[in-house]
Amino acid sequence: MAFDVNKIREDFPILKRKVNGYPLVYFDNAATSQKPSKVIDSIVDYYSNYNSNIHRGVHSISQEATDAYEDARKKIQEHFNVKDSNEIILTSGTTHSINLVANGFTNLLSKDDEILISELEHHSNIVPWQMMCEKNGAKIKVIPLTSKGELNYDSFLNLLSKKTKLVFVNHVSNALGTINPIKSIISKAHEFGAAVLIDGAQASSHIKADLQELNVDFYTTSAHKLCGPTGIGMLFGKKEWLNKMPPYQGGGEMISEVTFEKTTYADLPHKFEAGTPNIVGAIGFGMALDYLNNLGFDSIESYETELLNYATNKLKEIPGFKMYGEAKHKTSVISFNIGELHSYDIGTILDKFGIAVRTGQHCAQPVMDYFGISGTVRASFSFYNTKEEIDYFCKSLERAVAMLS
Amino acid sequence: MNIIEVQNEIVEEFSLFEDWMQRYEYMIELGKSIELIDPSNKVDSNLIKGCQSKLWLHAELKDDKLIFKADSEAIITKGIAAVLLRVFSNQTPKNIIEANLEFIDKIGLKEHLSPTRANGLLSMIKQIKYYALAFNKN
Repeated sequence: MAFDVNKIREDFPILKRKVNGYPLVYFDNAATSQKPSKVIDSIVDYYSNYNSNIHRGVHSISQEATDAYEDARKKIQEHFNVKDSNEIILTSGTTHSINLVANGFTNLLSKDDEILISELEHHSNIVPWQMMCEKNGAKIKVIPLTSKGELNYDSFLNLLSKKTKLVFVNHVSNALGTINPIKSIISKAHEFGAAVLIDGAQASSHIKADLQELNVDFYTTSAHKLCGPTGIGMLFGKKEWLNKMPPYQGGGEMISEVTFEKTTYADLPHKFEAGTPNIVGAIGFGMALDYLNNLGFDSIESYETELLNYATNKLKEIPGFKMYGEAKHKTSVISFNIGELHSYDIGTILDKFGIAVRTGQHCAQPVMDYFGISGTVRASFSFYNTKEEIDYFCKSLERAVAMLS
Repeated sequence: MNIIEVQNEIVEEFSLFEDWMQRYEYMIELGKSIELIDPSNKVDSNLIKGCQSKLWLHAELKDDKLIFKADSEAIITKGIAAVLLRVFSNQTPKNIIEANLEFIDKIGLKEHLSPTRANGLLSMIKQIKYYALAFNKN
């Protein structure tokens, strides 16, 4: 199927807007993606036509809402090729998902245990584990980076031992775009009896992960990164693990029987879904997956790679341009600085030209510390961006540099 | 000049500019001639929190006036700091406490007042006012 980006852009209402009098050029997709009308309409449709609380109601619209919510879970299950839909927990996002697992492992680990965290991680895949280790005494070991912004695989192998119980790596680095070799990381970790949690937040809009093929223990993602609404995400966990973990939040929905003497918990997945969930969010999540699968991930990947290469080659012509993250396999993210200029200055001027990029540390201070920098400008492209936008971006960047020099 | 006179002078200067580019270029120029903080005062305790770039502010009472000096890693932040220093430096603590901030909107920098902005303009103004309060007590 030919990839007609101009036709696709018509699906995204926000791309028509102007910023500071200029057409919006949205290059901050790694922070959050824009939403197609199909997703936006599904939210309006839900609240207009069948909004109701789910799972316990006997009336008709409650049934409709419940069906739609559980259909969304099935869509997520199919998309990620998960055997059992009970292994898909709907959460408020990746951060929530990781905290849920960290809470679950608090009493399963002790001071003799080690966990490996990559130096590339977003803070959401570092801090919950630090908090857990404060409670149970487990030790954190860091899988170091290389100068190309890839994980040092040999160091990873050296760090693995009988003591390793958990390994955490992001599928794709939000700061640099590096795609990590998670299949081999998972299989190596399993040789040592360690479980692996892969943070898929950044990957999911670019890569369709097959969780059975990966044989991963936990995989997380957030819908808002893949054209879905904010406030909803998913945690995949192998049944064996989820059944070992205590609930994270207590309340309605996650119980079987409640008395003041004793309360028993619901089965999976509801054990981990306390309270009224983000029903409309789940529906939007499902719609977003439909939309992306309809475009086809192969087409998305090949077009985004074209944009990445086009932009990288053009940017390399700007004097003082320095890119961080030159992994062999990358998603469409370029993290860079120009000479000694601070990323904040560049981002501010680019914004005046209508261009949205992200500046700073990208919630990945260890990555910034590794390169000895205070931050970067990050341009992250999606399948609805164009080469013309990249041309405009490069021209504006040159003007920004001239103003700031 | 008192604070109000300085503010009016700045507002007039900025009103000569037709577009955002000229305003920003002028601010960048102002940043280049800011009262630079002494390197020995570029310590963590003088950092303004809430800034994406490092921004240092130092205050000293000379006779009855507060003298401010600043520096930043980012040029635009330095420019904004330079504008604030022109308004608030070399003024009495009492006048600083009583000063309003309407001039910021008038010179087209209102967007920098939003708390989501990472430039710490709000934090810097707060810190200037705190210094004024502290020195006013003495």
